[in-house]
Amino acid sequence: MVATVGEMEAPGEPPLPAGVPKSQIQGRSPWYLAWLRLRRNKVALFCAGVFVLIVLFCLAAPLWAEHVAHTGPNENHITEKVLIDGQPTNVVGPDGTPIGPGLHGQYLLGADQNGRDVMVRLMYGGRTSIYIGLAAAAVTTVLSVIVALLAGYYRGWIDSVLSRIMDVIWAFPVLLLGIALGTALAVGGLKIGPLAIAGDSIWIPIMIIGFVYVPYMARPIRGEILALREKEFIEAAVAQGKGPLRIMFSELLPNIISTIIVFFTLNIANNMLLESALSFLGAGVRPPNASWGTMIADGYEMIYTAPHLTIVPGLMIIATVLSLNVFGDGLRDALDPRAKIRLEH
Amino acid sequence: MARFIVRRLLGMIAVLFAISVIVFLIFNVIPNSDPAARIAGKNADPALIARVSADLGLDKPLPIQYLTMMKQIFTGQLMSYAKDRNVVQQIWDGIPATFSLCIGAAVIWMALAVLFGYLSAMHAGKFTDRALTILSLVGISMPVFWLAAILLYFLTFKIQLFPTGSYVPLTEDPVGWASHLILPWFTLAVLFVGFYSRMLRSNMLDAMNEDYVRTARAKGLSERQVRIRHVLRNSMIPIVTLFGLDFGQVVGGGAILTETVYNLNGVGLYAGEAIRSLDLPPLIGVTLFGAFFIVLFNTIVDFAYAVLDPRIRLGEAAPA
Repeated sequence: MVATVGEMEAPGEPPLPAGVPKSQIQGRSPWYLAWLRLRRNKVALFCAGVFVLIVLFCLAAPLWAEHVAHTGPNENHITEKVLIDGQPTNVVGPDGTPIGPGLHGQYLLGADQNGRDVMVRLMYGGRTSIYIGLAAAAVTTVLSVIVALLAGYYRGWIDSVLSRIMDVIWAFPVLLLGIALGTALAVGGLKIGPLAIAGDSIWIPIMIIGFVYVPYMARPIRGEILALREKEFIEAAVAQGKGPLRIMFSELLPNIISTIIVFFTLNIANNMLLESALSFLGAGVRPPNASWGTMIADGYEMIYTAPHLTIVPGLMIIATVLSLNVFGDGLRDALDPRAKIRLEH
Repeated sequence: MARFIVRRLLGMIAVLFAISVIVFLIFNVIPNSDPAARIAGKNADPALIARVSADLGLDKPLPIQYLTMMKQIFTGQLMSYAKDRNVVQQIWDGIPATFSLCIGAAVIWMALAVLFGYLSAMHAGKFTDRALTILSLVGISMPVFWLAAILLYFLTFKIQLFPTGSYVPLTEDPVGWASHLILPWFTLAVLFVGFYSRMLRSNMLDAMNEDYVRTARAKGLSERQVRIRHVLRNSMIPIVTLFGLDFGQVVGGGAILTETVYNLNGVGLYAGEAIRSLDLPPLIGVTLFGAFFIVLFNTIVDFAYAVLDPRIRLGEAAPA
């Protein structure tokens, strides 16, 4: 795969004029060619920019909390008053309605039913949501690659066993499995050997989300490995006396790296959606910690009196997931224009 | 053919068996989830916990507990720990709402996906295509429950276009049934319209360059006939495959979020309640119910694939 990409002409680059000495022709790596293709896809680049901006916005949370809002993400101010247009106003009105969004440093996006600053929570919540998305994607990718390499390299009974296990996880309703694990683990935490995770840790949703998506990524990668396994360069590696681990990690893995990068990007988007769903159903991030999913869950209780509590975090999820999806599509087109890999939802 | 069916049926049973064992184990291995302790209350003395435990048969060895539970499921006698209700009956009661929701949504998502995908492919690169692509991308990037909540706020509260409230049985009031389900149908369909229309678009654009399309044009078929009878029909095969798998997932638990927000008392809503109260019997019941539909539709898809495409021999799995 890598070898054939190298032979292709990068689109948009004029062919070298005849008579140019060969020494002036520079070698181009497949990565450079991919970058040339990606550079032409302005929409994908724009979306990558949007994602970076959202990440920076969330990273700036402590700055905003300290210098503008003067409050933390989990601090309640139910009984307090703030000065708005020179008038002291209840953060949460007597009827339970919190103040709405407006151009004031504190409570720029209003407050929630506990008098917490929605802007501060939005920034901190974004950190949690994006962190879970990234970490769970890392978990899924590592597990899927290991499963796919083992199944695709050894084939035979190892492949059969791993594939049957994938079938079983696949047949589980994703949401049901996620909620069941989330609710159950929240009670007692998770202990696997030396690894101990407390019940309220965000590593519980990370492990769950990372785990349930493994079959969706491992299956297509396994297919690619099975095809590569038949190629001559693997035969050559075996003939050279390379061991299984060496072949898996230094021969097979580099050839699927572009697939992995694309899957990883699209997987972050899917993970963030699943995180929000689990948190909404009470099986994801534990209150009072903020994530965009828990903020929607909290806001939904007051949707008829304070709809902004629901609308704002939802729009943030859409912006983030949309930018990742479009950028992921662009990456796929750039890295492997002929491939039709697609991550199932 | 008979061998294929028997093999797939055995496979289905094996997968369902594995799933029931896993759910059972998750709930018995996880610390602090002893149902007897939870039912007996926070400050119950050990004697009370032991009595509750004996009542529920939790003092017996795990394999015996598992077998008893399976026997109760198949004879329809399984009771939930927490509320002492019949699990099979509850699932049965939820089926009309869940099926009304899923089938209606499936009709909408297939119709809209074919329409959008077709229009997109026929106007590739033009305004219609761009607009539909953006719409689809937004659709697949949206949390389902958020869309449900927003629609509920704007269309039943701000503008009172649709009635609020839960499921109305079809047999009682067909108009009420439909008007209560329009929003849930649409909500559930949006994600799939996005996925399918994008996929159909790219399939159709690929198919346009195939030789059989040139042949069809050369033999004098009208452009409309070429597009619909040849391009669209061939591009639909992967979509139909995917539809089977997704429909299984939706019936098997994908509708939890939609049912929860719209308060439709279907199987998904019941599953949500069971999970929140960490109640093992209903959880095993709904998981098996869901997994059954997922596995069933997987099998139907493989079978349909083999019938539609004779190159795939029966007895071998369809390419994943």
